[in-house]
Amino acid sequence: MNNNNRHLISILMENEAGALSRVANLFSARGYNIESLTVAPTDDPTLSRLTLATSGNEQVIEQIVKQLNKLIDVVKLIDLSETDAIERELMLVKTKASGEQRAEMKRLADIFGGRILDVTDATYTIELTGDGNQLDNFLRAIEKDAILEVVRSGATGIARGQKALHV
Amino acid sequence: MELITGAEIMVRCLKEEGVKYLFGYPGGAVLHIYDALYVQNDIKHILVRHEQAALHAADGYSRACGKPGVALVTSGPGLTNAVTGIANAYMDSVPLVVFSGQVPTALIGNDAFQEVDAVGITRPCVKHNFLVRDIKNLAETIKKAFFIATTGRPGPVLIDLPKDVTITKAEYHYPKKVKLRSYNPTIKGHAGQIRKAVDLILSAKRPMLYTGGGVILSDGSPELIELTQLLGYPITNTLMGLGAYPATDKQFIGMLGMHGTYEANMAMHDCDVLIAIGARFDDRVTGKIEKFCPTARIVHVDIDPSSISKNVLVDIPIVGSVPNVLRAMISVIRDEKLKPDAEALGKWWRQIDEWRGINSLSYRQSNEVIKPQFVIQKLYEVTKGQAIITSDVGQHQMWAAQYYHFDRPRQWINSGGLGTMGFGLPAAMGAKFAFPDQDVVCVTGDGSIQMMLQELATIKQYNTPVKIVSLNNGYLGMVRQWQEFFYQKRYSMTYFEALPNFVMLAEAYGHVGIRIEKPGDVEGALREAFAMKDRTVFLDFATDPTENVFPMIPSGGGQNEMLLAERDEMVSTHDDGMVLL
Repeated sequence: MNNNNRHLISILMENEAGALSRVANLFSARGYNIESLTVAPTDDPTLSRLTLATSGNEQVIEQIVKQLNKLIDVVKLIDLSETDAIERELMLVKTKASGEQRAEMKRLADIFGGRILDVTDATYTIELTGDGNQLDNFLRAIEKDAILEVVRSGATGIARGQKALHV
Repeated sequence: MELITGAEIMVRCLKEEGVKYLFGYPGGAVLHIYDALYVQNDIKHILVRHEQAALHAADGYSRACGKPGVALVTSGPGLTNAVTGIANAYMDSVPLVVFSGQVPTALIGNDAFQEVDAVGITRPCVKHNFLVRDIKNLAETIKKAFFIATTGRPGPVLIDLPKDVTITKAEYHYPKKVKLRSYNPTIKGHAGQIRKAVDLILSAKRPMLYTGGGVILSDGSPELIELTQLLGYPITNTLMGLGAYPATDKQFIGMLGMHGTYEANMAMHDCDVLIAIGARFDDRVTGKIEKFCPTARIVHVDIDPSSISKNVLVDIPIVGSVPNVLRAMISVIRDEKLKPDAEALGKWWRQIDEWRGINSLSYRQSNEVIKPQFVIQKLYEVTKGQAIITSDVGQHQMWAAQYYHFDRPRQWINSGGLGTMGFGLPAAMGAKFAFPDQDVVCVTGDGSIQMMLQELATIKQYNTPVKIVSLNNGYLGMVRQWQEFFYQKRYSMTYFEALPNFVMLAEAYGHVGIRIEKPGDVEGALREAFAMKDRTVFLDFATDPTENVFPMIPSGGGQNEMLLAERDEMVSTHDDGMVLL
């Protein structure tokens, strides 16, 4: 078993100025990893939902969860890796798409369930969603030279079934 | 309803919180607040001489009496000077509410005169902080700040107040209560865990109670004494926990840790059940983690879940307030008439008494030069063990902890977590405000005292006489000690080639100064000083410059690897110890 497992932690926070920096600060001050961090308000405008991908052994993750809970602005959190959950990330990729590359790029985008959002005579801009691995696989599948720009949103997630994180 | 200014709102809120003293220093951003303070008499403002001292004084006040300390500083340098004091309170979990002025909201972010990002700078060293942008939120924010600072694991809370907010008018309404959906500390321990803990505790053959500052912060001393005496188990206190259990009781086996007694550290090392209460397994206590209590199963009671299994994995965690959990444990033991294993306990005590017999706090007395330990012993005798003792940081701090036997909580006030030199004098002043009729002593050294010397003026202004016991060895003694042991006596920057005449200095501030150079004069000088009830006396003891603090567990060592006075050949620290503090 890998000691340093990846964990996806989903947090409901008070939608206050500085709430995000409290989380970011905590991670840098205590030397924890942040792989990605996404944050946006929820349907309840007083709450923000923050999703954080991190890694560490069991003891480190336990401390991360405790330290996050200790932040006054944190209302609730769930470690999605401890439960059956859906993980999604959005990626926008600008690729070269000229000559014979053009058809091949379209075909690969289709295979990965991507959508082409913008077209020029030399480029495609492709939108893809999936978990991190799927997005990585797409990037591996296309020619490295063809990639002009990659933008990823960072992972977000939600538990499967009736379980819901709310106040 | 009448409209009043933000500054007036703040002052009224403080009155409702029962605040008696506000330690602070004025400046441009807080002028409206100082104006509001000027026209009232309920809250006494104490004008310190440096903002750091305002924080330490509020801190000392709080530690002495248990009420939250309150401080007020201006924006910019006022706030940055206060940061050390805030961090100090944070590390030792002291409830403070700190107000800092801020430039007007319209100027925030413009690099205005005396602007700093107070909320940003203090974020890692406060329990929580607020920037109040709208006058409508001011009163509620103050209520929240007091609530957060004083509940759960206490700590400092900062409120940053832009100048325009303090002059804008609003209706005054102070909420009686606040509820935060995101903050709800667990007070009551889990009954199932308590039951399991009691079973483990009573099954012990070699039990050990290890208790810390959490017992004092939660006023859990009566429950701790009851439980300890009910069980008959040995107890040790951390540096922060001294006084929670009476040091003169036979079950108390001294402080533990880097400079703890031989018996406390050996008993920790050999115990089979460790009962940790309101303590956080700090590196000064554990020594090398891998060698910590190798045979113990551990129960840990703490109000802060993040303190549990942070450094040392424990077997039975209990989240809750100390008195609450201990009362529940006592009830289970009494109701079910549970008894410890008397035979095993008898054997364990015989072992502990054998360790005690080594007398690890003995030192070689001298007729020529004053031994620092001797000064603390005499201080204990002369004050009959009743004084409130504050200390600075260094060798004198350890000697005060080792040789003054604290029999009650809140009697020993020191900077344990952050280790802030300069804490002692302003903290003593704060404690004196809380208990004007008690003797308050600041035990310090020639290094530490010079970091907050200016407060001699504040002490004069407010007539809060304290006794300053300075163990003056001309060195930064604790650093010197480490250089002697681990850096082949290369005393890099630890010798003061120039020291002021502390007697004249004390006199310059309007106090009494006494210089003591002979062991035979120690007791007389102390008696003379304490006879002057209404005077601050600076006792400048010329102590042995080469004296070291023993016992000592060198960094990287295990609890059973103690150096005892000069008897042991000095060994160098473990290799991995060189990278530790």
